[in-house]
Amino acid sequence: MRKIKKQKIYLLALLLPFILFVIGFELGPLVAMIKNSFYADDGIQVTIDQYLTIFKSEFYLQAIQNSLVISLFSAVTSVIIAVIAAYSITKFSQKIQNRLLMIANMTSNFEGIPLSFSFIILLGNNGLFTLLFSKIGGDVFADFNLYSWTGLILVYIYFQIPLAIMLIYPSYQGIKKQWKEASSLLGGSTLSFWLHIGIPVLLPSIVGTFSILFANSMGAYATAYALVGSNYNLLSLQIASLVASDVALKPQLGSAMGVLLAATMIGAMWFNERMMRRIRRDLR
Amino acid sequence: MKPSLTFHKVIIGLLVMYLLIPLVGTFLFSIAGKWDHTILPESYTMKWYIELFQDERFYDAFRRTLFLIVMSVGLSVVIMLPTIFIITVYFSKWEGLLQAAAMLPYGIPPIVGAVGLIKVYSDGPIHIAGTPWILIGAYFITILPFMYQGIRSSLRTINAVQLVDAAELLGATKFQAFRTVVFPNIISGILVSTLLSVALLFSEFAFANLLVGGRFETIQIYLADKLNSSGHLTSAIVITYYSLILLLTGTVLKLTFRNEKNRVVSNKKRILSFFKKQYCSKNTAIEGEK
Repeated sequence: MRKIKKQKIYLLALLLPFILFVIGFELGPLVAMIKNSFYADDGIQVTIDQYLTIFKSEFYLQAIQNSLVISLFSAVTSVIIAVIAAYSITKFSQKIQNRLLMIANMTSNFEGIPLSFSFIILLGNNGLFTLLFSKIGGDVFADFNLYSWTGLILVYIYFQIPLAIMLIYPSYQGIKKQWKEASSLLGGSTLSFWLHIGIPVLLPSIVGTFSILFANSMGAYATAYALVGSNYNLLSLQIASLVASDVALKPQLGSAMGVLLAATMIGAMWFNERMMRRIRRDLR
Repeated sequence: MKPSLTFHKVIIGLLVMYLLIPLVGTFLFSIAGKWDHTILPESYTMKWYIELFQDERFYDAFRRTLFLIVMSVGLSVVIMLPTIFIITVYFSKWEGLLQAAAMLPYGIPPIVGAVGLIKVYSDGPIHIAGTPWILIGAYFITILPFMYQGIRSSLRTINAVQLVDAAELLGATKFQAFRTVVFPNIISGILVSTLLSVALLFSEFAFANLLVGGRFETIQIYLADKLNSSGHLTSAIVITYYSLILLLTGTVLKLTFRNEKNRVVSNKKRILSFFKKQYCSKNTAIEGEK
């Protein structure tokens, strides 16, 4: 008995490094951030002023709003494109399907700074397409500004699409050919098949993908940083400049905004889970 | 009533174009000599690559990135392997806790993680803010979900618990059982997680920029810094860097394909499919996300 106990203690000791790392770099900082968000700028007084500041300031509210809008917009667009594209993919031969998935996989690794750079040389002020089109005379890009909302959306959608396709594609495999046959034998049209069978089967996967994409773009920082620097008012860019800039260091305010961002993301995940539950219950 | 394939061809054609144009464009730009107002470059040259491979700063940034990756991935393997093994085999009641801790980083973006890290390490007893050491800690946490997933599922595949029981019944010590029975069987799974983590950390920018910035220039910081200078040279960096990532993920795909006989598409998909499995199988809440 004694020997077993002793052995357990040795085993527990082996877990120590992991526990230290988790406390030191995961839970510790998280707790510190939450705690810090309840201090005034001087770091001594306990207050909820930081949160009040955010909700009273038009500037910060706009940052939150911009982030929400851009995330919603890019997630919705990417999911719609992915649902259509993934369906189209299933229409080709297995060999071509594999090749297309390979392209999706390959491009899903193309994100962050390199991706933004790519868009800059193609569509930036002196970008290839910008110059090309102005030369040809087509003013397609005359009103287009890469370093603005439209540019950000374009780049965000780019890095969301491959991810969305890879997440949604497998669920098409779940739609059996026999279901379609059964539905048409019973007199259903293609439309009614999709309305009553196809889309309800796909829905959990679509909603799940949506919330993952939403969270993905809420937390995105590198892409936006490379593209617009601090010229566009986004939540992630604001947090960065509050905690690590050379100009206006306000760690407490940054912490409060960090808490809000984390809460939004956890909220998205929670929503996703609730939806899943509801959908699964309907299915049963 | 057969829907025409043309429609799907058009859709896929547009999609592939949208996805590939930035890549192809960057590649062409990196080998273009003069390219102003024509559809394709007027002349081609390798001078940007030559210039890049003569740049000391590029090599330095590369070395620093490698140092960070080797340290954090190495630490992760050395620490996570025994941790997951011990918890799975001997303390299975704590598995939920381990899973929560390991999956939590997935729900917390680096931009949020950095806020707390700066707070904890900018003063006090451990003053490592602004040094590479804080990055190693942050990276350790960043790759935690991948490492956990990889090691955990390889242990499950080989039925580690029964294997260890059998080995101990035959008189092996715990360490012997791990070293001679379990470890050789999961080494390829570990390799896959390791390579995925390496690829992930190569692309990491948020932590690097916020925690150390220019004081310890990694490849991504270098890239961000070069954004506004020569476009051709930067294209060459992007292409070089991207080829490396492709090589890494390609190796991972091959390895997974050979070992598990089921396809794992990419690191992100791997982890996300795990989440989906959770939702679909039992709708269990992921504790870390709560």
